[in-house]
Amino acid sequence: MKPNTSVSVLNNPNHRAILYQIIALLAVVCLAFYFTNNMFDNIEKRGIATGFDFLDNTAGFGISQTLIAYDDGSSTYGDVFYVGILNTLLVSVIGIVFTSLLGLIVGVARLSPNFLIAKLAQVYIETFRNIPVLLQILFWYNVVLAALPSPRQSLSYFDSFFLNNRGFLMPEPVFEAGASAIFIAFILAVFGVFFLARWAVARHDNTGEEFPIFWVSAGLIIGAPVLVYFLVGQPISAQYPVLKGFNFKGGITVIPELLALAFALIIYTATYIAEAVRAGIEAVPKGQKEAAKALGLKEHVILRKVVLPQAMRVIIPPVINQYLNLVKNSSLATAIGYPEIVTLFSGTTLNQVGQAIEIILMTMMVYLAFSIIISLLLNWFNAKTAIKGR
Amino acid sequence: MKLTKIALPVIASLTLLPALAQADTLDSVKKKGALNCGVSTGIPGFSATDSKGVWKGLDVDFCHAVATAVFGDPSKVKFVPLTAKERFTALQSGEIDLLARTSTWTATRDNSLGLNFTGVNYYDGQGFLVNKSLGIKSAKELDGATFCIQAGTTTELNLTDYFKSQKMEYKAVTYDTSGQTIDGFKKGRCDAVTSDASQLYGLRLKMEDPSAVVVLPEIISKEPLGPVVRQGDDKWFNIVRWSLFALLEAEELGVTQANVDKQLKSENPNIKRLLGTSGKAGEQLGLDGKWAYNMVKNLGNYGEMFDRNVGTGSPLKIDRGLNELWLKGGLMYSMPIR
Repeated sequence: MKPNTSVSVLNNPNHRAILYQIIALLAVVCLAFYFTNNMFDNIEKRGIATGFDFLDNTAGFGISQTLIAYDDGSSTYGDVFYVGILNTLLVSVIGIVFTSLLGLIVGVARLSPNFLIAKLAQVYIETFRNIPVLLQILFWYNVVLAALPSPRQSLSYFDSFFLNNRGFLMPEPVFEAGASAIFIAFILAVFGVFFLARWAVARHDNTGEEFPIFWVSAGLIIGAPVLVYFLVGQPISAQYPVLKGFNFKGGITVIPELLALAFALIIYTATYIAEAVRAGIEAVPKGQKEAAKALGLKEHVILRKVVLPQAMRVIIPPVINQYLNLVKNSSLATAIGYPEIVTLFSGTTLNQVGQAIEIILMTMMVYLAFSIIISLLLNWFNAKTAIKGR
Repeated sequence: MKLTKIALPVIASLTLLPALAQADTLDSVKKKGALNCGVSTGIPGFSATDSKGVWKGLDVDFCHAVATAVFGDPSKVKFVPLTAKERFTALQSGEIDLLARTSTWTATRDNSLGLNFTGVNYYDGQGFLVNKSLGIKSAKELDGATFCIQAGTTTELNLTDYFKSQKMEYKAVTYDTSGQTIDGFKKGRCDAVTSDASQLYGLRLKMEDPSAVVVLPEIISKEPLGPVVRQGDDKWFNIVRWSLFALLEAEELGVTQANVDKQLKSENPNIKRLLGTSGKAGEQLGLDGKWAYNMVKNLGNYGEMFDRNVGTGSPLKIDRGLNELWLKGGLMYSMPIR
């Protein structure tokens, strides 16, 4: 049968569907345009400044922790933005690394045949998972401040590390000429270990012979830079913190806000990661473990070589979420005055400048970028470890 | 085709709609039946809740006064506690109608935030609070000290300016609320607290042993604190500005809460214009002719408010100083009501 050509193009259901979608899209775009327009209209009427020019203005306030050069007399709001991003990144990276380690250990401990270890892990998880993280941050901050002595009564270790209620102080390395050779040695060692590991795996696959890869790698990564350090004549010296007036001068200070925030986030997030690890391990069929046992493998080898690689497939997706949560929870630092992006930028800067829309938008973009990057990285890792269609 | 015929004009007309604008503040306050007044989260003497949960303080009294001018009833206020960094956004967005929260009048705030300062209800300056045990007598000895500050205040900026000009170094730990700030100080996170001097006296009373801390003599900045309204509503701006003037004028003319009824019969033309027995001051503002009478009758004049909240009749016992009437050597001066 020939198609009926007299029917209008618009009566074709496919065309109609597309038309409706175009209309819906148009309506959304017009609404968005209308609201934006309305907003700018009202902002202008009220005489509120707009635009991003403020980023070049001098900020003029002090910040307790800056990872890049920051001068409270001449640095701009743009610099404050970067200082905030870096401080958020710092606590996030520290948090993710340690919470992963702690979560893995506790998750495995939770399944330990040893009653005491398993119960301890369970009590830890149930306690810290069920207390709001803001309360935990405030709790650890108060504990840190209450437990530590004043600068004059600092706890001192080897006269170069000090702990007091202004933070943890350590010597600052001072790099002199020739120090770059040490970094090159370090990077070469890392590359060496990478190829060594590949070689060891290949040899193990072919011949079944074990190679003490861990100890050799550790030796290389630590040994090579140390060797070069002495060869080029010890080009790194340390600047020690010295008690002067109110507080210590010199050295690197880890402020108590960072300690408390990182600690709280690690302790809290690790409980979720531990549960993800446990779920992952329990998802591995029992037969796998029994087969490995039947082959005569040791407990820790079974865990490392048989159970965990398979468990990873189950563990990674929920762990991505926990990493994202940790990054976002770091914004609760505003309660204890850790200078991260929300405190600094959508807090102090917003109040000094008053341009809420631009500043909140920029802050949201930062978190969006962090989250998307973490998601992409871990999705890639997930795709790599996911079960292959065979 | 029918659908497109309807949809297109709808969309087209939507984009041409006039922008939604903010309504007249006086009308919207009257419609709501209450004045939304932004205050602090707890600054003794200015805005803090007492043991029964009732808001008390100089700024709180000013909120009551404006509510009285509008409604003739001081109770028609809804207090919205705000941190320093929330306050201006709350006012810009219309969440509150009036901000009376120890806010310093500066050029940036007045000119680029879309806000207007209506006057000054307290002349203040920034000072330092330290532990007596440090043995410090002057702010010039604070080189290298760590300070606890509240975020989003002029304090942060003044501190930088002062230490730069004195060629000294400092570290700042910045908290959200004044409660957290004093907490950090109590726990030894910092050597000193810096804030408006009036607030330091209040914070001192929050210490377990107020005599263990001392306010240093240096005042490093000018902090004229005043009520703030949104820009672009002159009628509302005038009401708030002249409410403050009326309270000052009442003190100057000796009209008090106790004698205001008797003063209604006064022959003094200034008093007559203030209390509405002659002239049209209230009506010109779009208010009741008895607006000023109602304020003084319910709350007293500026001097009475000062004494009750921060002055001799309060635990703070702050001297009138700059906040004395111009006739007695202070800066408080009402424009003539006529």
